[in-house]
Amino acid sequence: MKHKRTIEEINARIASGEVVVMTAEEILPLIKECGIEEATRKVDVVTTGTFSPMCSSGAFVNFGHSDPPIRMKNVLLNNVPAYAGLAAVDAYIGATEESLHTKNYGGAHVIEDLIAGKDIKLKATAPGTDCYPRQEIDTYINKNNINECFLFNPRNAYQNYGAATNSTDKMLYTYMGSLLPKFGNVTYATAGELSPLLNDPYFRTIGIGSKIFFGGAQGHIAWHGTQHNIYRERNEQGIPKGGSGTLSLIGDLKQMSTEYIRGAYFHNYGTSMFVGIGIPIPILDEDMMSCVAIENSRIQTSLFDYGIPERARPSLGTFTYEELRSGTIVLNGKKVRTAPLSSLKKARDIAQELKSWLNNKTFYLNEPASALPTPPPLQNLEIRGKGELN
Amino acid sequence: MITQRVLLKYKPEEYGKPLSYILIKNFDLMINILKASISPGQEGRLLLDITGTEEQVAAGLKHLQGENIEVVPASFQISLAEEKCVHCGACTAVCFANSLAIGETSDWQLKFDPDKCINCGLCINACPCGAIVKGVFDDTF
Repeated sequence: MKHKRTIEEINARIASGEVVVMTAEEILPLIKECGIEEATRKVDVVTTGTFSPMCSSGAFVNFGHSDPPIRMKNVLLNNVPAYAGLAAVDAYIGATEESLHTKNYGGAHVIEDLIAGKDIKLKATAPGTDCYPRQEIDTYINKNNINECFLFNPRNAYQNYGAATNSTDKMLYTYMGSLLPKFGNVTYATAGELSPLLNDPYFRTIGIGSKIFFGGAQGHIAWHGTQHNIYRERNEQGIPKGGSGTLSLIGDLKQMSTEYIRGAYFHNYGTSMFVGIGIPIPILDEDMMSCVAIENSRIQTSLFDYGIPERARPSLGTFTYEELRSGTIVLNGKKVRTAPLSSLKKARDIAQELKSWLNNKTFYLNEPASALPTPPPLQNLEIRGKGELN
Repeated sequence: MITQRVLLKYKPEEYGKPLSYILIKNFDLMINILKASISPGQEGRLLLDITGTEEQVAAGLKHLQGENIEVVPASFQISLAEEKCVHCGACTAVCFANSLAIGETSDWQLKFDPDKCINCGLCINACPCGAIVKGVFDDTF
């Protein structure tokens, strides 16, 4: 007997307090115990979570108008440049933009400080126009005295991501962490079986407008992310074997929490931002339950040598997240230490928090406004002369 | 019996002295060399665990100081600011002493055991959250 349910039916169960929610980890023993069909009957929603450095992130800010008004051209927030080529007092502060003075402070830290309610120094200069005569401003802002402030992250929640190692004789400092010489360690960045896009590998329930947990607030999926790649080779469970799907996310910074958004600085690389994301997966039928049944032992990723400074780094092999999580893998016949960059503890906190929102009737599911568009295969940037393009 | 972790700093002209031999032979101490850096013309550094009775350890260290060797107590050289830690595990990639470990318990929270730390300092740069800070001495080996 096939069991089916709609988003509307799930929302009715949330409203009546009857909804049954489990995290993508908690569901696994239940599926083992009673099978897909029975688990589908029992559980309405499965929550996922991830907390990882996601460089392609940033926030739009509208500062409000000064008197006399200014059309800001160059904007600094705590000495971090923000892009201001947007009307008069709109700006975008990118996570990886670095402070002019402090190398371990960047846009991500400005965002964290804004969320924390701290005062931020705003300096801006302008050419001065007839309608915006002011040429400079030097003041302080915080999240309570600015207008809109929302995160709009172009590429988050990678569906899967390659692991990293280093074949060279030198220590490499990368966005995948400190990589010791001569294959001294391996780092990986994913929440594995708890990761949002691994639990809905073909984006059947995740689409434009889907409501999500975003940085501690309720946010939305705006679009697919940049470099969204749906053509990556998949395993027999339909799980891509490397970097593949991505999401572009939007949400109100003023509602977020520094528990789930943190500035990061990777030595000799620069700044990035830890972003906490959770997506509820509605169990519409047995097929959806089969999707969330994935386990670390059945999710693979490729290992890449960051010592080779090329676009297409060769893969040194494929490993499951069960192997990577064990703390050691065998590479070239030798045991190599593995370490995560993605916080499993925080990912679990997020999945639990989202679950409590559903149980407390503070979060309802919605139908996506549209499925994620399917872009063509990824393009590379080549060095070309004028007129050499197709 | 006590174990004391110390960093010995000594000038290039003191290189000729067989330090560990003296500590073992004359003071009946157990020596475990955790890290050593000796380059011609540069200050030498030796990180040791010294085990013995309280009196033996004190006498051994006093002797070294008399030999023009700087003795720096080296316990708790790094400290972890827990409010900054997000339990990502990036520091564990470089901690071969297993002083910083994650995933050994099912809660996947970072565990820090200061007694295992050998002061290599690699975790300081490996931490993306600035949660690990230097303690007693700030110069690296």
